[in-house]
Amino acid sequence: MSPILQVTDLIKSFGGLQVTKKVNLSVNPGERHLLIGPNGAGKTTLFNLISGDLVSDSGSIILEGRDVTKFPTGKRAQLDLARTYQILTLFGKDNLISNVKLALLGKMPLRWRCWGSFLSDPSLDQSALVILNKVGLGSKAYLPLEQTSYGEKRRLEIAMALAQNPKILLLDEPLAGLSTEERETITVLLKQIDRNITILMIEHDMEAALAFADRVTLLHYGEIITSGTRQEVVNDPRTKEIYLGY
Amino acid sequence: MSFWLIQSLNSLALGGVLFTLAAGFSLIFGLMRIANLSHGAYFMLGAYVGLSVIDAGYSFFLAIFAAAIAIGLLGCIVERIILRRLAGNSLSQVLATLGIAFVIADCSLWFWGGDPRPVAAPSFLAGGVQIFGQTFPLYRIAVVFFSIFVAIGLWLLLEKTKLGVMIRASVDDRQMAQGIGVPATKLFSIVFCLGAALAGVGGIVAAPILSVYPGLDADMLPIALVVVILGGLGSLLGAFIGSFLIGFIYSFGQALFPDLAYIILFLPMLIILAVRPRGLFGKITA
Amino acid sequence: MASQILIAAIFAMSLNLLVGYAGLTSLGHAGYLGLAAYISSWLTVKLGWSHGSTAAIAIASTTAIAGIFGLIALRATGISFLMITLAFGQILWGLAYRWASVTGGDNGISGITRPSPFGLDLGEANYFYYFALFVFLLVWITITILVRSPFGATIRGTKDQPRRMSALGFNVWLIRWITFTACGFFGAIGGVMYAYYHQFISPHSLSLANSAEMLLMVIAGGAGTLMGPVIGAALVMLLKNVASQYVDHWVTLLGLVFIFIVMFIPGGIVAGFERIRNMMMGSK
Repeated sequence: MSPILQVTDLIKSFGGLQVTKKVNLSVNPGERHLLIGPNGAGKTTLFNLISGDLVSDSGSIILEGRDVTKFPTGKRAQLDLARTYQILTLFGKDNLISNVKLALLGKMPLRWRCWGSFLSDPSLDQSALVILNKVGLGSKAYLPLEQTSYGEKRRLEIAMALAQNPKILLLDEPLAGLSTEERETITVLLKQIDRNITILMIEHDMEAALAFADRVTLLHYGEIITSGTRQEVVNDPRTKEIYLGY
Repeated sequence: MSFWLIQSLNSLALGGVLFTLAAGFSLIFGLMRIANLSHGAYFMLGAYVGLSVIDAGYSFFLAIFAAAIAIGLLGCIVERIILRRLAGNSLSQVLATLGIAFVIADCSLWFWGGDPRPVAAPSFLAGGVQIFGQTFPLYRIAVVFFSIFVAIGLWLLLEKTKLGVMIRASVDDRQMAQGIGVPATKLFSIVFCLGAALAGVGGIVAAPILSVYPGLDADMLPIALVVVILGGLGSLLGAFIGSFLIGFIYSFGQALFPDLAYIILFLPMLIILAVRPRGLFGKITA
Repeated sequence: MASQILIAAIFAMSLNLLVGYAGLTSLGHAGYLGLAAYISSWLTVKLGWSHGSTAAIAIASTTAIAGIFGLIALRATGISFLMITLAFGQILWGLAYRWASVTGGDNGISGITRPSPFGLDLGEANYFYYFALFVFLLVWITITILVRSPFGATIRGTKDQPRRMSALGFNVWLIRWITFTACGFFGAIGGVMYAYYHQFISPHSLSLANSAEMLLMVIAGGAGTLMGPVIGAALVMLLKNVASQYVDHWVTLLGLVFIFIVMFIPGGIVAGFERIRNMMMGSK
C-alpha cells in the first residue's frame, strides 16, 4: 500500500533560522495520523508547507503519487487536499450555510457561472445542509456567523473542510479552546469520518488525540524525533523526555 | 556639453524638491502605514502660505518658517481629530486623507484664487553664477544644498536622537516596539506633523521653480508616490536616492522626449512594483 | 442633469465591482472613461465611422487594455495596488495631454455627435435621457445578476478571506483578474456614454481628481451594495450641479461629507439608511 502523502527531506528556513529540518513523513490511505510536539516545534509550519501556504526551500511533497511541491494552495486543494486552520478563517459576514456552500463550490464548475442565484440554489443548498447535519449544525444553517459560539465555529471549520470532499484532511488543533463538552462532540464527529478520508492532525489534547490516532509522529524544533504506532511513540523514552522535561 | 550641465542641475534641483516631499510621505507610511493622499495638498498649501507671507512683505526665510509651522499644525490637527479615530483601518485612513485633500485643494482655490502665482526667489539668491562659462541659476543650486541639509537633519534625527530610535524601531517592527513601551500614539502625532511640515516647506522652497497653482497637489502626489515606491517605503535613503533618480529621469525626459516625459516617470515604478515590490531600499512591502 | 447622474452611476457601479465586491481599491478608474471616450470620439470625428462600430471598438479595446493592466496591477495588493492603478490613470492622462497630434492635447476632441439609434435623434435631451436610462438599466441589471450569481459569491469570498478561498481550491488571482477586466468593460460603456453626452472629451476627464471623485461616489453611497454607487453618484452630481449654485465651494462640502461618512458611517449612505431603519424598527 503506497502512502497517500509522502514528505521527503523537507527543509524550510526563515532568515537564519531553520524551522523545518529535513522532515520525512509518510501517511497511509485511511490512516489517522497524529502530529505532536511542544509549542514552537514547527507543526503548523509543516502543515503550511504541505497545504501550500508556505513554499519549502528543498525537499518534496508527494500527494497520491503526484509531486505537488511547486503547486500553489488552490491547486493542491483541487487535488483533494483540505485543511482547517488554527485561527478561524471563516466568512464572518455570511451565515453558516453560505460558508459551506462556498466551500462546496471550490471544486465545482458551477463556481464560474455568472448568472443564477447563489443564495437559493436547491441542489447546492441541499448538499450544504447534509454536511451541516453531519457536524450537528443543521438547525443553525441560516444563522449569521456572529451569532454562533466558538465551538460551533470550530465545527463549521471542519464542515467546510469536509465539504471539499477531500481524500486527505489536515486538521490543525481542532479541539483548541473548547470546553470539555464541545471536545467530546467534536471527537465523536471526527471518529465518524469515513475511512476513505485520511486524516493528519495536530493536537495538544493528548487524551482525546491519542485515543483517536493510529500512528503518531513527534516533532521537536522542526525535527522528527520519533514516529510509529501510538504505543511505540508513547513508550519511547524521547517522548517522555520532551514532554516531562518541560 | 552645456545642455548636460544645465539639465543635470535642473535634475538635482527637482530631486531636492521631491526629496522634501517624499521624505515626509515615506516617514508617515513607514511608521503609520498610512498612504497620505493629502500629501500633495500639504505641499501646495505650504507654498500658498509662504506666498502670502512674502506678499505681506516678509522675508523668504519667514515664509519657510511659516509654512512649516502652519502645515505642521494642520497635520497635527488632522491626525488627532480624524486619523487617530480611524486607527487600525488602513483603507479608511487613506480614504480620509483623500477627502482632506479635496477640502484643502478647494479651500486653497477659495482663498488664493485660480490664477497661477509665480514666486520670486529671495533676492540674495536671485540671479546666476558662472561655472565653466555657463550661467546657472543660483536658486536651484541653493535648493540642492537645502535638500542635502534637510536629508542630513533627518538622518541625524533618526540615527542620533531617542525619538529617532523609537521611530526606526517602530518602522522595523511595530508590535515589538509597542511591546517594549514605545508610546505609539505620541510618536504617530509627531511623525505626522513632521511629515506634513516637511511637505509644506517643500512647497514654498519649490515655489520659485514650480510656481503655485491650483492642481499643484494633484500634480505632485503621483510623483511623490513614484519616488517612494521606487526608493522603497519607509526608507529615508530610498526617498533620497529615489528623488534624485526621478529628478534626473524627469528633467532629461522633458528635454529629450517632451511628449513621453510624464509617462516615462511611471515606468520605473511599475517595473519595480512588478519585480521587487520592496523598492530599492525599502524595508516594507507595501 | 438626470442623464449625468445615470452616466456617473455607470462609472460608480463598475468601480464598485472592484472596490466593493473584490475589495481592491482603485484610483485609476477615470482612465477607462478616457480610453473609451477618446477612442470612440476619434474614430467618429476623425475617420467618420458609424457610432455602432466605434462604440464597439472603443469598448472592446478598453476592456482588452484593462485586461493587460490587470496582469500588472494584480501582482500587488493593498496600497501597492492603489498606487499602480493611480499610475495607470496618470499614464493615460499624460498620454491624452501630451500626444496632442492624436488627442488634441489640452483642447481635446470636440464636435462629437450623438448616435441615432432607430432614427431617433439623441441630440434632443429627452431622447438622450431615455437612451441613458436604458443603458444604465442594462448595466445595473447585468451587474446585479453577476453579483448574485455563484461567481459573484466567489468574488466576495476573495475579499473576505483570500487565503481561505485558495485553500478551498479557488483561483483567487483569476477571479480578481476577471473582475478587474469586467470593471474596465463597464467603465468603457460609461466612457462612450460620457462622450455622447458632453459631445466633447478632454484630458481633464481623466484626471486623478476625477478618479478620486468616482471612488468617493462608491464609498459615500456604500461600497459592496447594489444601490450604494447609484446613490453616491446622485449625491456627488447633485452637489456638483445644484449645490454649486448656492454654495461656491461645493467641493469642500463634498470632501467634508466624505470624511464624515468615512469616519462615522463607513458603510456609506446605504448603511446609514439601514441603521436608521433598524433604529426605527427597534423602537416600535
